[in-house]
Amino acid sequence: MATTVLKTQKLNKVYRLGGLFRRVRINALDDVNLHVENDQPVIVSLVGESGSGKTTLAKVILRLVEPTSGRAVVYDRLVAGEGDKPTRQDFMRAVQPIFQNPFEAFSSYRTVDTYLQTTATRINGLNQAQAVEVVSEALTSVGLKYDDVRGKYPNQFSGGELQRVSIARALIPHPNIIVADEPVSMIDASLRMNIINLFLSLKETYKTSFLYITHDLATAYYISDYLAVMYRGSIVEVGQAKAVLSSPQHPYTRLLLESIPATNRKWAQQPIALSDIETKEYQFGGCRFRNRCPLAKDICAQERPTAVKKEDGREVYCHFA
Amino acid sequence: MIKLNNIVATYTTVRGQVRAVDGVSLDIPNGIILGVAGESGCGKSTLLKVLYGDIGFPLTLQTGCVEYGFQGDDGLQITTSTIRQYWFRRISYIPQSSMSSLNPVVRIRKQFIDFLPPDRRKDQVLEEVRAYVKKLDLPPEALDAYPHQLSGGMRQRLMVAMATFFNPDLILADEPTTALDVVVQKGILLLLMDLQQQMKNTMIFVSHDMGVHYQITHKMFIMYAAKAVEFGDSNAIFESPLHPYTKMLIESLPTVGDDHLRQGVIGRPPSLWDNLRGCRFAARCPLATELCRSEEPNLIEYTPGHFAACHYAEKLS
Repeated sequence: MATTVLKTQKLNKVYRLGGLFRRVRINALDDVNLHVENDQPVIVSLVGESGSGKTTLAKVILRLVEPTSGRAVVYDRLVAGEGDKPTRQDFMRAVQPIFQNPFEAFSSYRTVDTYLQTTATRINGLNQAQAVEVVSEALTSVGLKYDDVRGKYPNQFSGGELQRVSIARALIPHPNIIVADEPVSMIDASLRMNIINLFLSLKETYKTSFLYITHDLATAYYISDYLAVMYRGSIVEVGQAKAVLSSPQHPYTRLLLESIPATNRKWAQQPIALSDIETKEYQFGGCRFRNRCPLAKDICAQERPTAVKKEDGREVYCHFA
Repeated sequence: MIKLNNIVATYTTVRGQVRAVDGVSLDIPNGIILGVAGESGCGKSTLLKVLYGDIGFPLTLQTGCVEYGFQGDDGLQITTSTIRQYWFRRISYIPQSSMSSLNPVVRIRKQFIDFLPPDRRKDQVLEEVRAYVKKLDLPPEALDAYPHQLSGGMRQRLMVAMATFFNPDLILADEPTTALDVVVQKGILLLLMDLQQQMKNTMIFVSHDMGVHYQITHKMFIMYAAKAVEFGDSNAIFESPLHPYTKMLIESLPTVGDDHLRQGVIGRPPSLWDNLRGCRFAARCPLATELCRSEEPNLIEYTPGHFAACHYAEKLS
């Protein structure tokens, strides 16, 4: 039987905004059902615009946010819902994070190698001498040298280098999966591909899966095996990455694809529908994309679309798929 | 025509002066969108600050000047020292982060008339603002809102409206869409292109995303480590770049539907504190030879209107 990389069942998270009288409920996650199974390490991408709930999902998987209801399982470890949860140490051996801004991830008053050391001693349970070996091995695999990192503070690195250090830190426990939340959006476009290629090679050498969260469809296409597109807390399309992006079936995926500033085809001058007040869309019954959708009919306002299974294994949440 | 003559701009730091823009000369024709590209720290934002005339400690303009080529209210040519009087009327600026440039405790409509010409009445101008905002397909209610009530995309579109309302001769945009989603980004870029076509003013657009440059710019200017490396028509640059750095920038972009392996630009730009000799890109360049390491290439016109600063530009084309 194939290993469960990631499975969520009816995952919900509700945030409440505003004061006593004008309270707004935001369903940051709304019945999210994701299921990825594979024996090999895989890269799963979550794409969507800001406010689509992708970071909330990542935080639930990292156990930083408790969902309102639902279950989530990562590599046979229960991270949310009813049941026996793994200990913190066991969980951190299996799931490790990389964050968007490496300068915020590391304190500017501590040398960065102490973070790597602590990870090795606390999570791997090694002594100091063994830790040095593991740390330098992890740094080598991301293309850095231990001697160049030792004793340095975060401000002595460039953004790209510091992001490599934070990847090295995440690799130390040899996790099953690394959750990377927008890991390259702070990095120059010219250096982005180096980090992206690093993910691909680590997938092979460390046998680590990645949950790659991004709004950049081009890099998602380049590295992912599976891809889920989110909009306002719901998944709209999920399946094999290359298939979803080469022939998108949900109108929102199509809109996203047409909006990429590509270098091989110029945009046509045509108006595009943008949402005006975002919080309003979370309150919609029915399909949340309907007021921007070119295909919208009456049924879209009345019924929330359910998953339509396609022959290539993808699921599309649209009445007209 | 806007002329930049040998601009050298430095920042004063505790370690001394660092040259953020080091001898840039450039002629920008009127009525085009010029894209400025390069990595962080290459001096593109500093160049924009100099153009905007926003020069104050720690930034100093050491040598050089900007000739804007348009006349002020008194009939004299506008220069770096007088450009401040014409902010938002003749020259305007769209910043990267709209949240930190709009006043959070003042309604949007009031911020529109901050730059009111002295001979105009407030209520009259406000009427015009409402009509203008409507023309751009933005909801007029947004004018009565405070900045935090609007989405990031709406705020940035209002910034665009603000920057274009007085129909300025020159619009400067510093990564106006970097913090936004692709769909919103496309909406704003199409709006900017449309406005530029109608008003025929000059726009200078800074971004490190080559895809954005391909979509909207007419000419491009590429900087590396405080120096100019290439300047020419965008189409020519994307078809046959003359500088290896430009080539690597273009080729590092992945495309949906293209499964080729992509490489980013390896290494990192040199520190501007070092004593830099020869071509500044030599350490990262696959074509670099002894000549590159010892002698600095000049910006030379290889084909009409297409300049590059590389000893081997002809070989590359």
